[in-house]
Amino acid sequence: MGVAAAIVGVAECGLGVTGRSSLDLLSEAALAALADAGISPRHIDGLATSGWLPKFGATSVAEHLGIRPRWFASSMEGGGTFEQLVGDAAAAIDAGYAETVLVCYGSNQRSAAARSLSSAIEEPSAPFTAYDLPFAPLLPISMYALAAQRHMYEHGTTPEQLAAVAVAASQWARLNPAAYRHGRGETTIEDVLASPMVSSPLHRADCCLITDGAAAVVITSAERARDLRQRSVGILGGGSASTHRSLAQAPTDITAGAAISSAAALRQARLRPSEIDILEIYDSFTITVLLSLEGLGFCAPGESGPMAAEGALGPGGRRPINTNGGGLAHGHPGMYGLFLIVEAVRQLRSEAGARQVSPARTALCHGTGGYLNTHATVVLGTAS
Amino acid sequence: MLIPPGWDHRQLLIQRCASCGHHQYYPRPICLACDSSDLALVEATGFGRIYSFTVVHRSVNPRFEAPYTVALVDLEEGPRLLTQVVDDQPGLARCDAPVRLAWLEREADLPLPVFTLIREGVPPESAVE
Repeated sequence: MGVAAAIVGVAECGLGVTGRSSLDLLSEAALAALADAGISPRHIDGLATSGWLPKFGATSVAEHLGIRPRWFASSMEGGGTFEQLVGDAAAAIDAGYAETVLVCYGSNQRSAAARSLSSAIEEPSAPFTAYDLPFAPLLPISMYALAAQRHMYEHGTTPEQLAAVAVAASQWARLNPAAYRHGRGETTIEDVLASPMVSSPLHRADCCLITDGAAAVVITSAERARDLRQRSVGILGGGSASTHRSLAQAPTDITAGAAISSAAALRQARLRPSEIDILEIYDSFTITVLLSLEGLGFCAPGESGPMAAEGALGPGGRRPINTNGGGLAHGHPGMYGLFLIVEAVRQLRSEAGARQVSPARTALCHGTGGYLNTHATVVLGTAS
Repeated sequence: MLIPPGWDHRQLLIQRCASCGHHQYYPRPICLACDSSDLALVEATGFGRIYSFTVVHRSVNPRFEAPYTVALVDLEEGPRLLTQVVDDQPGLARCDAPVRLAWLEREADLPLPVFTLIREGVPPESAVE
């Protein structure tokens, strides 16, 4: 693919309890990302978004911002959607469908108290509604809990090892003034295990936060990026995978989707996992991180628990991840995928301050959606 | 509205492919193993093993008071389904534990296929309340 497209502007905002509308938050992030890029909304000819509206999402956001795109997308396939959309935007620019794309998101789920443990679109004709919902799993946590319980059975993973993922997240949040849990001190393993059990083996502290939040990135051609104010970050590769919808239909290797999407992205980027400096992994739950580390090839199956327990994932660790505190400690407005990319760009631009990882030349962002069924990976890099 | 076949008659029906013998659940238009459309519904034996389970500690559905156990069960024919383990000793649920089918009656609604733990020397129940 070569490096056809680059990220030239990023922004995030509202990671807390704002009392504002989703559109309002999204607009603020979008305009801030455009200002970061030094580009006017009038020069945006591509737009991608997800999560605010079930239909006409891209059209509605475009109208609000005065954009008339000739390429647009509003897919909704869960937590990996924004990694997919960023990869799709790069491909669209490469194919000539657009020159400059705005990818944006906003949600006020915390203020609107919108997320319920049993939230699911109950489409009466969907197999998931008829075959799974009647058994009252908490959604999505019970599905991730089932995956965690099996991982414990197959590999001996312990609740303490799961908790270590949350501990690492809190350590990064201490270094990030924008993190929702910044200033709340470090979470301990005991804190996690003492938090209420929600769906065994997952405690409340094994779960990501529920906050408002918005993020946006501006992507343009590599050629145009050279003329802009920020150090651009190239989109080196992308990939995605869908393996199931209901967890009962998942492949034997529950991490298979992550392996497929990351292999495609790394192959395009011509990089190996060992050459990735910055790793941002969707952390809807602690178990999501452990499964992703294995699926993405950063450790062997069953080794992710010990890796977390040894402190590898936190500041100073040998495999730092989620350097802003992640969904567990930075914020989580419902669809967190775009925030992985914003943080990766900040690291690659060397503007991460106290949480800067060095070297920061390459980044892999991986989003996991649904019940471990949709995966999307984006690999980013600076010109060396 | 999609209605799982057989539940109204307390039958757990799974598909069997006449071409290759593969069993699958839920019913599909083709065999997922060999693409054949020569599929028929057969009644599962009802025996299986717990693939995984989770004890739910929050009541969000008025029919089920927490704690209750949601599980993935592998039928001995092969297919896996999401279900519940309903047992007077649910705390004994374990990955790989043998289970058998039972039916959970629901007022003004289809009965649900659930599973009870198989314990040595305990006569099986055909239905749970």
